[in-house]
Amino acid sequence: MTTVAERPDVARAEGPRAARSRSDRMGIYLLLLPSLLPIVVLSVFPLLRGIYLGFTDARAGRHVEVSFTGLANYRELLGDELFWNSFKIGLLWAVGVTVLQFVLALGLALLLNQQLRFRGAARVLAVVPWAMPPVVVGILWKLVYHPDAGLLNELFHQVGADGMRTNWLGDFSTALPAVIIVGVWAGMPQTTVVLLAGLQGVPRELHEAAAVDGASTWHRFRNVTLPALAPVIVAITSLDFIWNFNSFGLVYVLTAGGPGGKTMLPMLFAYEEAFRYGNYGYAAALGNVMVVIIVALLAVYLRRRLREAN
Amino acid sequence: MFGKPSRTGRTLQYVALTGYLIFLGFPLVWLVSTAFKPPRELVQLHPTLIPTNPTVQNFVQAFTEQELGRAALNSLQVSLASAALTVLVALPASYALARFRTKLGTAALGWVLLSQLFPFVLLIIPIFLILREVGLANTHAGLVLIYVVWALPFALWMLQGFVRNIPRELEEAASVDGASRLQILRRVVFPLLAPGIVATALFSFISAWNEFFFALVLLKTPELATLPVTLARFVGIEGTARLGPLAAGSLLATLPSLIFFAFMQRRLSSGSLAGAVKG
Repeated sequence: MTTVAERPDVARAEGPRAARSRSDRMGIYLLLLPSLLPIVVLSVFPLLRGIYLGFTDARAGRHVEVSFTGLANYRELLGDELFWNSFKIGLLWAVGVTVLQFVLALGLALLLNQQLRFRGAARVLAVVPWAMPPVVVGILWKLVYHPDAGLLNELFHQVGADGMRTNWLGDFSTALPAVIIVGVWAGMPQTTVVLLAGLQGVPRELHEAAAVDGASTWHRFRNVTLPALAPVIVAITSLDFIWNFNSFGLVYVLTAGGPGGKTMLPMLFAYEEAFRYGNYGYAAALGNVMVVIIVALLAVYLRRRLREAN
Repeated sequence: MFGKPSRTGRTLQYVALTGYLIFLGFPLVWLVSTAFKPPRELVQLHPTLIPTNPTVQNFVQAFTEQELGRAALNSLQVSLASAALTVLVALPASYALARFRTKLGTAALGWVLLSQLFPFVLLIIPIFLILREVGLANTHAGLVLIYVVWALPFALWMLQGFVRNIPRELEEAASVDGASRLQILRRVVFPLLAPGIVATALFSFISAWNEFFFALVLLKTPELATLPVTLARFVGIEGTARLGPLAAGSLLATLPSLIFFAFMQRRLSSGSLAGAVKG
């Protein structure tokens, strides 16, 4: 998304060759075709078909004879306790991960922006979790949380707090917080890098001027850094929220939605509905609802942030 | 950023930095440690941070006794094919996008932003149905197609940025010298694009290598499964003794992305790619 912002010259790319012949135009389309065709066939079309499926009773095994059922799926969703459970958990997870990840990432970015020793090494380490396949991150944390051979329980034993030892991912009360920590660990590097890049764009002179005027560190952070960083913060937290709300692989590997549905994110619920029970139409309807919710939440959030920024 | 902090301020900063490094680094150290532990140390009641008798047998086991070897080979094939195909298809389009402005091109680039917002579940069911209708469900070819389409929007963004950095004057000079369009592309543009092509190929390779959801749904035959899917299946099998090979396999699965990130470090830390590379 930053890439987009950096390309205001897209519109001016044409240059002196504004007047183009018909054969030129054909040539351009011919260059674009190999890319656009697969995108349309395997991304735009499926999306539209997915939206449509949400209004049908499509099921595994008899998808050919799909019939349009209008809002039936949505009425069923409204009364589906499992859906509401997954929706609630999805919100808890997405808000929890996004907020924690933002606070921690901002702190780390501020630190990495200082002249500290080991800064280079810290920057590299801060990015490593980002390079790992999500499934590997899941496995890694399975090892940390492992009830017998895990790092976390052993740490508690070492400090003499054996009472704290538990089956982190298997216990009803700890499962969701435990997966949220993993989400934060996995997502923090990217947010840190984006915020760090944003920090480097804050004009130094503003800070120096404020310092000369005797503003305290906190005041300079509150009145100089934060406002200058606001657009980056809005962009990265909204994207993080969407990505988290839609996430699947990490929690699938960690808990597969258990124990007792305590970590059943909406995507996991939809996956089960579609590929375990074969309810394609119902799962697609859930996808539609997710998109509407995301757009609505974002609209509210963005409007508030923009009003604050002005 | 905050001027010169006091001595206590400095100390606090180092304490905070250490805290972050422990949070980020400890789980990684644990993974490495587990990968080098012999079976006996994996089942002992109080595991140690450093293996007492480190061994590489987990790595050997991961790729000989278990299905991980075959899965890695599957992943390698699928990722290489995705990378090659993505570059091949994106190259002409990114040139057109960078040099000529068309409504179609603008729409294609706009799709990049939108496609980041969709929950995959909305796409996976119709894609699954479409691939089945054309007989490509449960094949590597079908998976490669999905990966290409998935990597394309970002590949287009990245490559057209590289094209834009090639001075137009070079092409115009060649044109004045009587070179044809095709000759200009082959002799002037493509050689200068080499770093961009490498970066795009690496990006496509990594997104295919790391991908889990589509591979899980689209490939039903265990022999076809990619590395993330096979690794995930092994996690499901409880039993402490298997943790060693699992950790070793996980480390090996991370290698390609680590190489990619090392290669792209500067661009990533400048933030220009940060928003686009989805975790």
